[in-house]
Amino acid sequence: MNLEPTAADEAFRVEVAQWMREHLSGDFAALKFRGGPGDEEHEPALRKRWERELASGGWTCVGWPREHGGRGLSIEQQVIFHEEYARAGGPGRMGHIGEGLIGPALIQFGTPAQQQRFLPEIVAGREYWAQGYSEPGAGSDLANVQTRCWQEADGSWRVQGQKIWTSLAHESDWIFVIARCEPGSKGNKGLAFLLMPLDQPGIEIRPIRQISGGAEFNEVYFDGAVAQADHLVGQPGEGWKVAMGLLEVERGVSTLGQQMHFAHELELIIKAAKRNGRANDAAIRARIAQAWCGLRVMRYNALRMLSGGQIGLRREALIYKYYWSNWHRDLGELAMDVLGAEGSVMSDDPDVRPLQQMFFFSRADTIYAGTNEIQLNLIAERGLGMPREPRPAG
Amino acid sequence: MDFALTDDQTMIRDAAESFLGDVSDSAAVRRAMDSENGFDREVWQRIGSELGWCGVAIAEAHGGLGLGPVELALIQEQAGRRLLCSPFFATVCAAATVIAEIGSEPACAQWLPRIAAGEIAMGMPLYGDVGDWATHAQAIQARADGDRWRLDGVAAQVADGATADVLLVFAETDSGLGLFAVERAATGVELNPLPTWDRTRRFAAVRFAAAGAQRLDSAARIDDGLSRAASLLRLYLAAEQLGCAQQCLDLTVDYTATRKQFGRVVGGFQAVKHRCAQMMVKIEALRSAVHGAAACAAGRVETRQLAMECIMARLLAVDAAFYCAQEAIQLHGGVGFTWEYDPQLYFKRAQAAANWFGNAERLRAELADALLDDAA
Repeated sequence: MNLEPTAADEAFRVEVAQWMREHLSGDFAALKFRGGPGDEEHEPALRKRWERELASGGWTCVGWPREHGGRGLSIEQQVIFHEEYARAGGPGRMGHIGEGLIGPALIQFGTPAQQQRFLPEIVAGREYWAQGYSEPGAGSDLANVQTRCWQEADGSWRVQGQKIWTSLAHESDWIFVIARCEPGSKGNKGLAFLLMPLDQPGIEIRPIRQISGGAEFNEVYFDGAVAQADHLVGQPGEGWKVAMGLLEVERGVSTLGQQMHFAHELELIIKAAKRNGRANDAAIRARIAQAWCGLRVMRYNALRMLSGGQIGLRREALIYKYYWSNWHRDLGELAMDVLGAEGSVMSDDPDVRPLQQMFFFSRADTIYAGTNEIQLNLIAERGLGMPREPRPAG
Repeated sequence: MDFALTDDQTMIRDAAESFLGDVSDSAAVRRAMDSENGFDREVWQRIGSELGWCGVAIAEAHGGLGLGPVELALIQEQAGRRLLCSPFFATVCAAATVIAEIGSEPACAQWLPRIAAGEIAMGMPLYGDVGDWATHAQAIQARADGDRWRLDGVAAQVADGATADVLLVFAETDSGLGLFAVERAATGVELNPLPTWDRTRRFAAVRFAAAGAQRLDSAARIDDGLSRAASLLRLYLAAEQLGCAQQCLDLTVDYTATRKQFGRVVGGFQAVKHRCAQMMVKIEALRSAVHGAAACAAGRVETRQLAMECIMARLLAVDAAFYCAQEAIQLHGGVGFTWEYDPQLYFKRAQAAANWFGNAERLRAELADALLDDAA
């Protein structure tokens, strides 16, 4: 067990910090600490320009292998990159679905032609992606996909159905979709994984206004929408395998960057408490101490997840989503209790607005990517070997 | 940045798991609880001579193995899991740590090799936070008597006070806090064993009446050393409580896998599964906290940061140990309330331990001071 960084890692940390200081300036300075969860609608055009700025420095897709256009960083250096990016106030990444989800999936499951067509555009920050998994009837029961697809005589695919909770679909160029290609199949069998351009006559995007007033999610309707024959990933019927491989990737090294963001939120709370005197309240002080403990736990938990360099279904990985999402929701409540009545008034103050946003958006943390209830099922079944919930034969 | 255990550390943990599984099962713990001394002397001798655990965290210069907090925390976790009834905690985790952190060089050279060799057992009050050590010390006055000292006063709860060879206490001198060693059998030492609810760790009230004592501290080390010692004590206790919490979960998962109602095992009900899952969340969070704090203690972390890390681990431990013991009783149903089943043992330990080395409210307040009051 060794927590001391090497000299090379320290030098790399300085390099990232310096690049961020030099480049997150001028027009881009307005993006500092913006565009995160709950704030994803902020300045999308400028944030896409920022993605290209990152690309020019070689700071997109830093964990991808070099042969696919990535930077090929070690796990340690990826962690450092994400930490320094967040510490500098780097804005929420417009390209994160491409870089974090579909890119790695294409590297693992895509054909060489698919890789050549799509990966360079993601690396360069020229094409943006949305994820088409959830449906009105396929939330926690994600495998209950009803959206259908079929192949035309010319080999192209047609898609009919509806996806929901599609983040930033209105700002994206492409969407990856799981749809039922074997009529009558059930559950995770008989699905296809398709890549589709969003700008086409068969697709309609409708925003969903959320609790905080903004609309970063959408419903996406498919009415005979088209995917090219060679834009099927994996074999027909194997869509679930591709989709799940990609959810594994989601729990990767970016968690330590996310924690820097959380640490920044706690700093804002402490600042607010000192400003308005709540810092003298013993009960508030105890809650701030407790919140800090959670931050340390998440850091050490993430280091456990990363030790050995593999992200399998080990116990610390199993609890992580449940732990951070509930911690973050509590932090939102602490923030509003510290702000007091001031928190009830919509604010543009950069010290207050993020806390209000966090309070509202963190209600989603315990719902998306596996609700609390689903997480507890997974922990009990996979972590403790307790009996599985009854599932209909699929 | 590597958070994985080394092969040696894994070996130490596995050896502790296997040894304690053999010598400290439920029947053994209950025999120790019913015995006069509260522990099995043969097991204690094997820990000292055969396994070498007494010297794990003691420097090689003082006859130890020169390993450190990570290794001792791993042993402590297994000791907690099996509720090991032994002088190990008060002697090796508490007394040796305090002597090593604030003792003078002659005192370290005199006492640490004997502890490392498993030759002596030491008793000590399990003080609260650093402020409380001074408060506790006020109950005992120390005055110089030639090159020795004499103690007068009381220590309300001394761990292993009735059985240890030597008692270690803080006392007030003309010039502040001092650390003193007193032979248990010395003239002027009056012992009163306490009938505590938790019978797995014994305490005695001790009254000193002009009892002869040796002073161990080095004045130059006391400020920094007290804080470091408090941090390590909290870490070792947190590791022990991690083991307690884990065992509560394991017992519960096993029990609910066999107990049937409504024609099915109760572990299949989501209400039960979710409560077990929440125990596991708290346990794994605590495990991360303990490993993180232990790695800090083993590395080059400044005293103040170490204090925060160990308070963090200890706060999680207080919560997880009590929560898991409480849930174990609830999920065992009626038998969870009986003397015969083990959850009650962990429940009593969790409640007693909540008061050792600082209670949760004091620790949160101390942490808040560190977070809120420096950069105001």
